[in-house]
Amino acid sequence: MTGGMGIGVSAPRTEDRRFITGRGRYVDDINLRSQQYAWFVRSPHPHAEVRGVDAADALKMPGVTAVLTGADMQADDIGPLPVAWGITSRDGSPAFEPEYPALATDRVRYVGNPVAVVVAESRTQARDAAEMVNVDYEELESMSSATAAMEEGAPLIHEGAPGNMCFDWEWLPAAMAPDARSNTDKAFEEAAHVVSLELVNNRLAPNAMEPRASLADFNPATGQLTLYTTSQNPHVNRLLLCTATLKMPEHKVRVVAPDVGGGFGSKIYHYAEELTVCWASRRLRVPVKWTAERSESFLADAQGRDHVTRVELALDADAHFTGMRVDTVANLGGWLSAFGPAIPTVFYAPLLAGVYRTPNIYVTVKGVFTNTTPTDAYRGAGRPEACYAVERAVDEAAVQIGMDPAELRRRNFIQPDEFPYQSPVGQLYDSGDFEGCLDLARELNGYEEFAERRRQSQARGKLRGRGMCFYIEACGAAPSQAAGQLGARAGLYEVATVRVHPSGSVQVLTGAHSHGQSHETTFAQIVAERLGIDFGNVEIVHGDTGEIPFGMGTYGSRSLAVGGTALYKALDKVEEKGRKIAAHLLEAEAADIEFTDGQFRVAGTDRAVPFGDVALAAYVPHNYPLQELEPGLEETAFFDPENFTFPSGCYICEVEVDRQTGEVELCDFVAADDFGNIINPMVVEGQVHGGLAQGIGQALLEHCRYTPEGQLLSGSYMDYCMPRADDLPNFVVATRCTPTPFNPLGVKGCGEAGAIGAPPAVINAVLDALRPLGVTHIDMPATPQAVWQAIQAAQSGD
Amino acid sequence: MREFNYYRAGSVRDAAKRLGASGNAMLLAGGMTLLPALKMRLNEPGELIDLAGIDELRGVKLTRKGAHIGATTTHAEVAGNVELRAAVPVLPHAAESIGDPQVRNRGTLGGSLANNDPAADYPAVALALGATIFTNKRKISADDFFVGMFETALGRGEVVTQVLFPKPQRAGYAKFPNPATRYALVGVCVAQFKTGVRVAVTGAGASVYRLPEFEDALDADFSEVALDGLTASAANLNDDMHAGADYRAHLVSVMARRAVSLALD
Ligand SMILES: Cc1cc2nc3c(=O)[nH]c(=O)nc-3n(C[C@H](O)[C@H](O)[C@H](O)COP(=O)(O)OP(=O)(O)OC[C@H]3O[C@@H](n4cnc5c(N)ncnc54)[C@H](O)[C@@H]3O)c2cc1C
Repeated sequence: MTGGMGIGVSAPRTEDRRFITGRGRYVDDINLRSQQYAWFVRSPHPHAEVRGVDAADALKMPGVTAVLTGADMQADDIGPLPVAWGITSRDGSPAFEPEYPALATDRVRYVGNPVAVVVAESRTQARDAAEMVNVDYEELESMSSATAAMEEGAPLIHEGAPGNMCFDWEWLPAAMAPDARSNTDKAFEEAAHVVSLELVNNRLAPNAMEPRASLADFNPATGQLTLYTTSQNPHVNRLLLCTATLKMPEHKVRVVAPDVGGGFGSKIYHYAEELTVCWASRRLRVPVKWTAERSESFLADAQGRDHVTRVELALDADAHFTGMRVDTVANLGGWLSAFGPAIPTVFYAPLLAGVYRTPNIYVTVKGVFTNTTPTDAYRGAGRPEACYAVERAVDEAAVQIGMDPAELRRRNFIQPDEFPYQSPVGQLYDSGDFEGCLDLARELNGYEEFAERRRQSQARGKLRGRGMCFYIEACGAAPSQAAGQLGARAGLYEVATVRVHPSGSVQVLTGAHSHGQSHETTFAQIVAERLGIDFGNVEIVHGDTGEIPFGMGTYGSRSLAVGGTALYKALDKVEEKGRKIAAHLLEAEAADIEFTDGQFRVAGTDRAVPFGDVALAAYVPHNYPLQELEPGLEETAFFDPENFTFPSGCYICEVEVDRQTGEVELCDFVAADDFGNIINPMVVEGQVHGGLAQGIGQALLEHCRYTPEGQLLSGSYMDYCMPRADDLPNFVVATRCTPTPFNPLGVKGCGEAGAIGAPPAVINAVLDALRPLGVTHIDMPATPQAVWQAIQAAQSGD
Repeated sequence: MREFNYYRAGSVRDAAKRLGASGNAMLLAGGMTLLPALKMRLNEPGELIDLAGIDELRGVKLTRKGAHIGATTTHAEVAGNVELRAAVPVLPHAAESIGDPQVRNRGTLGGSLANNDPAADYPAVALALGATIFTNKRKISADDFFVGMFETALGRGEVVTQVLFPKPQRAGYAKFPNPATRYALVGVCVAQFKTGVRVAVTGAGASVYRLPEFEDALDADFSEVALDGLTASAANLNDDMHAGADYRAHLVSVMARRAVSLALD
């Protein structure tokens, strides 16, 4: 009845026909009559006073409509870019949240900080004129690294943040407080072994395939603003536009996020450019479009990671983990991005237990301002950093005590009968089978035959290494009340409307947004399965606040666990109403009606009515219980989850290192993931592949690098190294399922797993290959030069 | 990009005349270097003179002297040329290592040499093979052609028309790609002629250069072992986020050995 495309089937992607034939409709494909173009004047300096903006020459350039500045914006009462999450320092004071104007008013704090905008009839004219805007900068001293920013005498970026400290935070979840620290210290005093590592989690640029773009269209006749924008969460953008920045009522603002070519977190936020084109359109009464160039994306898109972490692990004589201490310095950039303070704290520390029973964990995090592009969520968002710290430390412990790394992990696993498991860092893990994942990964890797493969590599003059990683992550953000207690300033439920048409075809309006996640396919599979109707009779609508009641969008691998469940709950309501209609049609009691395979049936009889007839009766209510039921068949559900979901998995990879050049070749990669139940295995595989590619990119290739002062060195693909297909092996992926009890679909989420688990697996493998040469440490990315230098240093006894 | 005039030249004479006449015209071949430069406003020519329509500039011919390759012959055409593969295999091998299929289908030999990117592949092969670069005005030996970073001996109004690569007894090109761009972080081409061995290095310095010490050692004994103990100097080598000068110097000696090994294959 589902057209063969129910839950569990690798249904081909509905969206592919459109994308592959060039019929996708992205923001930059949308063009409106009389549209004009915005070009941003950006700071070339990492840190400077803006003494004045002289637009006189620019305004004389052909085609120029306006040059607008921060002062104009202030005059129009445009609010600063909001911070969506408040963090409290350990002394009880709130994190310092500077007012972040979309166009700088008095100071710029990173290269690329917008200062003014030129609006002109063509993009080239706008750009030409932007070159003629004279900004009077007084350069200030600056620095790009958080460590440098914390030094005595470092230049001050925000007057309100002495020592450039945004917050100095410790993690004392209710379950542990207030003894986390003393208990952990005690574990270290009594430990038989202690490992201690200093790790750098390299800064990354998200690099969605489609650069950001916004087109704002203010209609002076109706007072209606329509914004087309590359967003992962159009309702959230509307909320912020209406309540915080532009200050218009919601009913006068429509935000459309049409086809969006990838986000990875970078399209969550209400950015300066989006706000500026809305304001400019309203002020100038013309549609205004901005499309980022790739070089702009490198400067203006929120970046990811950038931690320096000291991690220590204590073990007893039997190699049980007894304590862990983590002290992290997180580089937040020159201003706070929306979730900037949350990612290195509440999205990070609660995952530091990993999959292990470590009883005592104490975490401190300092959030530091620097003269760099603000950082925020990037695929994984806090969990890759946590996983990297834990899994590097575990491998180091295995080396130090001379134990097989798989065995050491096994010895410390949380056991299947311990779920739901309360971790000492405040998470209630839902389910998992870590031994099962380990065994599956070992089998796929051919764990026992590694020595032979290593010999063969050696015969070819190569050093072979193997690395493993276990990750666990929190997806399905979030239980709103828990998030609120942690500082969230918005709810994190999701919304779905199921609109059954008279003929029985179905439209789903979802607050989740697909920018690569395949919702049009997978959500339709859920509907087809539940209603027993053909997959082709289901349409998933997303990305338009004008059509969809509300929604919080897509990030943190939440779409299926939260948005899919909202859909599931709306389908419950449709089924419930259908049952009543069917009871009437079949002249039976609603309680006696069962619904299977698209038929409402009187239990135990062959009297049945198909779903389509029920839909028709709802819209043509000639024979209908109008006294008890409204006509029509359309239901909406808001779903606020009870808990996060916790995907987990085991990754094993093997590398070959060319010791002459330092080049690392990734030979094999095995992923054994537990995502709970799976709707579409092919889509899940695709998500895993993409995540792995980005995780491997972080480990071996990608690095957002600045000069010490804050000039971006990796400002184009000539220097920022994206993974290419031939950098990657053929992935071997498999899943092992323990359904989560926290949603009716039993699903956990799969979007970020690869990016979380791959980095430590790869680096552990590189170190395994290099240890025979005396190398004990390497930071990401393990580029050929970095590997060569590590070998040189080890060989010369440095 | 700024606005510019587009002109499709009918002949080399036509192109040269137009180029000489205009103050700020530029030749356009494959556009793989020039178009990105225009977009980033690194070049702002008033006119582009397209060489694509000039048949005489395109094609590969083998004679007793060696391989004559027209300036607008694409990297893909060189890589796929069966005769070249038999006669001067180092050329198709090097061409195959350039960029990706799209770039190889557009980018040209003449454009690559005229551009003289310090990390480009062809300059190393041209210098090691002692190529002669023919222009509409004269011929220039490779030893004189590559002057400095993005700088050649070409004068104003000069158009590269073809390149003659003498056929070596043996030759090999070993490239260590820059992880981000896949241009040469270091590329070494080694070629053995009756008259002696020539070794040319790209990627490492401001412009392609020869390694006399390595040449002498290989003259005495054309083998990898002959290079044992020889190191390349790191003085004046490029230093960027992908490779410091010392790492590049190290790669020069590793790639030189690999080039010899390829030549002997
Ligand atoms: C993604 C990418 C990857 C690349 N990877 C590599 C690589 O790995 N290795 C490598 O070597 N190169 C690489 N390149 C460069 C590529 O080889 C270019 O084709 C080459 O540098 C320029 O050739 P073109 O025909 O495109 O010249 P154009 O871009 O058209 O012109 C380049 C310059 O040469 C001048 N010019 C062109 N033809 C002539 C002529 N006949 N006479 C005089 N002047 C002329 C032009 O005026 C211009 O100044 C890459 C390019 C790209 C875009």
